[in-house]
Amino acid sequence: MLTNLGLGALFLTFIISFYGIGAAIYGAKTKSPVWVASARNAMLLTFPLLTLSALSLIYLLVTGHYEVEYVARVTSGSMPVYLKITSLWGGQAGSLLFWSWLMSAFASAVMLRKWDRDKEFLPWVIVVTLVTLAFFLLLALFVENPFRRVWMTPDGLKIALFQPAGAFLARAVPQGLNPLLRHYGMVIHPPMLYLGFVSFVIPYAFAIAALVTGRNNDRWIRVTRRWTLAAWLFLSAGLILGARWAYDVLGWGGYWGWDPVEVAALMPWLTGTAFLHSVVIQEKRDMLKRWNMALIILTYALVIFGTFLTRSGVLSSVHAFAESAIGPLFFGFIGITFITSLGLVLWRWNSLKTEVRMTSLFSREAMFLVNNLLLVAIFIVCFWGVVFPLLTEATGFIGARIPSLANVFTGQKITVGPPYYERAAGPLFAALLFLMGICPLAAWGHSTVQTLGRAIWKPLAASLVILVLAFVAGARHPGALLAFWLLGYAGAVIVYEFGRAVLARHSQTGENLLAALNRLVGKNRRRYGGALIHLSIVLMALGIIGIEMFQTQTQGSIPQGKTLKLGNYEILYADLKPVTSSTNEKTTATINVFKNGRPAGTLHPSRAIYFDSGQTVTTPGLRSTLEDDLYVVLVDWETISAEGATFKVYRNPLVNWLWLGAILLIFGTFVAGWPERERRT
Amino acid sequence: MRIKFIVGGLLILSAVAYLIISSTNANAQYFLTVDEILARGSSAVGKNIRISGAVIGDTIQYDSKTLDLKFSIAHVPGDNKLIKEQGGLSAALHAAVIDPARGKLLVVYNGERPDLLKDEAQAIITGHLGEDGVFYAEDLQLKCPTKYEEAVPEQSK
Repeated sequence: MLTNLGLGALFLTFIISFYGIGAAIYGAKTKSPVWVASARNAMLLTFPLLTLSALSLIYLLVTGHYEVEYVARVTSGSMPVYLKITSLWGGQAGSLLFWSWLMSAFASAVMLRKWDRDKEFLPWVIVVTLVTLAFFLLLALFVENPFRRVWMTPDGLKIALFQPAGAFLARAVPQGLNPLLRHYGMVIHPPMLYLGFVSFVIPYAFAIAALVTGRNNDRWIRVTRRWTLAAWLFLSAGLILGARWAYDVLGWGGYWGWDPVEVAALMPWLTGTAFLHSVVIQEKRDMLKRWNMALIILTYALVIFGTFLTRSGVLSSVHAFAESAIGPLFFGFIGITFITSLGLVLWRWNSLKTEVRMTSLFSREAMFLVNNLLLVAIFIVCFWGVVFPLLTEATGFIGARIPSLANVFTGQKITVGPPYYERAAGPLFAALLFLMGICPLAAWGHSTVQTLGRAIWKPLAASLVILVLAFVAGARHPGALLAFWLLGYAGAVIVYEFGRAVLARHSQTGENLLAALNRLVGKNRRRYGGALIHLSIVLMALGIIGIEMFQTQTQGSIPQGKTLKLGNYEILYADLKPVTSSTNEKTTATINVFKNGRPAGTLHPSRAIYFDSGQTVTTPGLRSTLEDDLYVVLVDWETISAEGATFKVYRNPLVNWLWLGAILLIFGTFVAGWPERERRT
Repeated sequence: MRIKFIVGGLLILSAVAYLIISSTNANAQYFLTVDEILARGSSAVGKNIRISGAVIGDTIQYDSKTLDLKFSIAHVPGDNKLIKEQGGLSAALHAAVIDPARGKLLVVYNGERPDLLKDEAQAIITGHLGEDGVFYAEDLQLKCPTKYEEAVPEQSK
């Protein structure tokens, strides 16, 4: 019953979105507000319909309707209710429905804004969002339908939407969600990424509307500024939650593996970050119009590409869902939208011309441009890394035709691993950090080496102090010293920027320092929110450098009551206890930690074996401080005597700053995006 | 002024190109199937290789004291189309493991035993082939396709 309801609502939404696209185009061409209003209503109608569809699926998931194949695949009786609900995005078919629902929610929210000043954008925003929605609905309906049922036919079992002749409903054996995914990070991480992906569609829709209508001044950027910021925030949060999940659950002492799917989510973040910076240039200096258009079009393509990579199994990755027919459709859709969008930019090429010229290499806008180039360069590094294996395989035909090139184009799949990304992107990230330390000191329009030099020497001196401190603390590796100096410098610039402005205000107005800080930020949220985000990046980079450059590890088998040593830590294996629950058998070790010979807490690393899937889940014991993390993994134990057990121990210096920085990043984004008092523009 | 910007842009561009090309050359890994690596024989020795194959559960040996892990993998076609013809990845993995005539490769690894290492899992292994014909793994990644998408439904009682 609810299967049919959910399916019906899904199908109706699909039809309505086509109507909406048609009505919007017709309304825009004939300039008739009635048709546009009708298209807007169609858009608004998709939301309650998709809500109904999603709720139906959630109901089926929670109540265990295992005749629905998707339900059997991602849930099982032993899972708690909240995990059954979140299984909505636990598999491919459900996540397509979830994506569509989010898209419809955001597009509807945009419909409800005041359109008085932007009436001409409305029909085209509807067209772009509905085309995107219709594409995902097409996949959810005809390729990966979450409402397909299992039928018993005279010829055996069949999976189909509707009852085949002479068949009756069967029930599939529930598989349940992979236990590795039963973690709060995995519950929130995919929706966060999806929210980020979907929010980026909104600025893209306005960009296309601006191109089509020819009103391509900076209005579309101002209207969508907060959407872009929200998209960026969600995407950042999604990436960080994924990293935290890997750190907590996967038990390899790391947080980021340059897995193709991780890279696929990072790519729109990189171009989105570039876009976030470059729109400032257009607003302030009326420059980079074409560049901004290109960036948002690229970001949209990467959003769809990212969804495609996670969903098609085209690359071997631990994240990939199994192969499905979805790949070619995604490729076709990305190709068509990308080429159409670029066509529109070419069509408006002349009117997107910039009158203003860059006047100085050391001006703020030149720095922003370099920042953009670096971010795009990191994107290219990532893109190359992801498509290189596909390219080497696909270009084999060249070598087969032209023998002299047979050694170059072998058709052999060649991949690049994490060292490639670290080596190629590392220097670019470092350059970005350095730029972050110069940019706020450079002036708009005209700035020379001399003016820059006058502003730079104080933070530069402060950073040298930090360099000396790092050296005294024992850092000797030149790369590490350079990294610490960069962080010290970029951090000092931000503190200097705040301090200088607060002191100036304090001496001007006589407010106390805190009030001055508060007013200052309130008056220019965007700038100081941005500065807070930069500070958070410095903190996160500190954590990353700590774990990447200074991680130490050891492993060993120790009998009960004996210890294992790592640096100034010692761990004592005290106890081991197996506990059987209805879903798994979990063995938990008790570890006493000693630091410099003094007791420093107890850890409980564990390893659970799940009955329904045979899957084991290793949970590390974690002692987390601002100085370092001690990360203990229970590898194995003697099953009979319970006398000896094997542990792997990691010491991850400074890694906590990564997570603390992430919290500051979210706070900074809120500061930057918080509505300022209404100003007429 | 314009010249300065063009020169600056070219400098950045060439630096990026250098980073990408040199990093690719330094870290390229050949993605081979078991049959391909067996066919290449000694010419594959020492190269940075990524192979994929089906884990044969009976061959898994693990010493939890020394963390020495040994197992064999059976050849699975690298072409997605061939896998699809065999009825999907889990069917292809199953067929590979039960077929005694399949090309096999012994893999040696030192480290934790991965949670997903079990019979008929897909192993994606990075490492190099030794002179002795044994594959020395530096990194193991495992996938169990049944966990996600390819459940074969059964009728309930």
